Amino acid sequence: MPVRVQSADFDVSAEIAALRAGRTGIGAVASFVGVMRDMSDGEPVRAMTLEHYPGMTEKALEAIVGEAKRRWPLAEALIVHRVGRLLPADQIVLVVTLAGHREAALAACAFIMDYLKTRAPFWKKEETPAGERWVEARASDDQAAGRWAQPQQ
Amino acid sequence: MKVRVLYLARLREALGAAGEEVTLESGAGTVGDLLALLRARGGAWREELAGRRIVRCAVNHELAGVDAVLADGDEVALFPPVTGG
Repeated sequence: MPVRVQSADFDVSAEIAALRAGRTGIGAVASFVGVMRDMSDGEPVRAMTLEHYPGMTEKALEAIVGEAKRRWPLAEALIVHRVGRLLPADQIVLVVTLAGHREAALAACAFIMDYLKTRAPFWKKEETPAGERWVEARASDDQAAGRWAQPQQ
Repeated sequence: MKVRVLYLARLREALGAAGEEVTLESGAGTVGDLLALLRARGGAWREELAGRRIVRCAVNHELAGVDAVLADGDEVALFPPVTGG
């Protein structure tokens, strides 16, 4: 299962080890961890709650992994994304990509994060001293995803 | 035609509803037709769905646009732009 949505924390080393187990043809392992910060848009953030769309979330993440595998020669890819209430410094998301060489592993890892930020059905709600507020999507995320656009065939 | 509509995240709070069954009177309909029907309720429905804020949509768990054609029994989710990762 290349994607998981869970409230529990994840162990990066253990996840990478499990993904790599038994593979002797991999030359490159790339990874990214998204972490919660204690500041957002100029306000201190005490906690953050991640909502998702059960039924669509795994499907959307699998589609993103599928697209990454279609574009690059990946041996495997993994996404673990947490939901529920998180605190500053908590891990939010893990992406791991395995490939024969580094170009594919690194590019696919960045691609998966850019697509996840704009296509995966998660929403963040922050708790600040001023009250609760929903995080707004960023134009910069759309731009980042846009750089992977392929010419129409 | 009946569709199951879900309102997610900030939109759920703004509309005061998590979901409902909506009947589209004509035989066929698109997401755009559904939005027009909901906007006609006025108040927060018109405020949120009139285009001032971006609303995204999924039909049966796939991202869809306003031109997407709906079928009886479809699940339609309306939500703000996503903010995961």
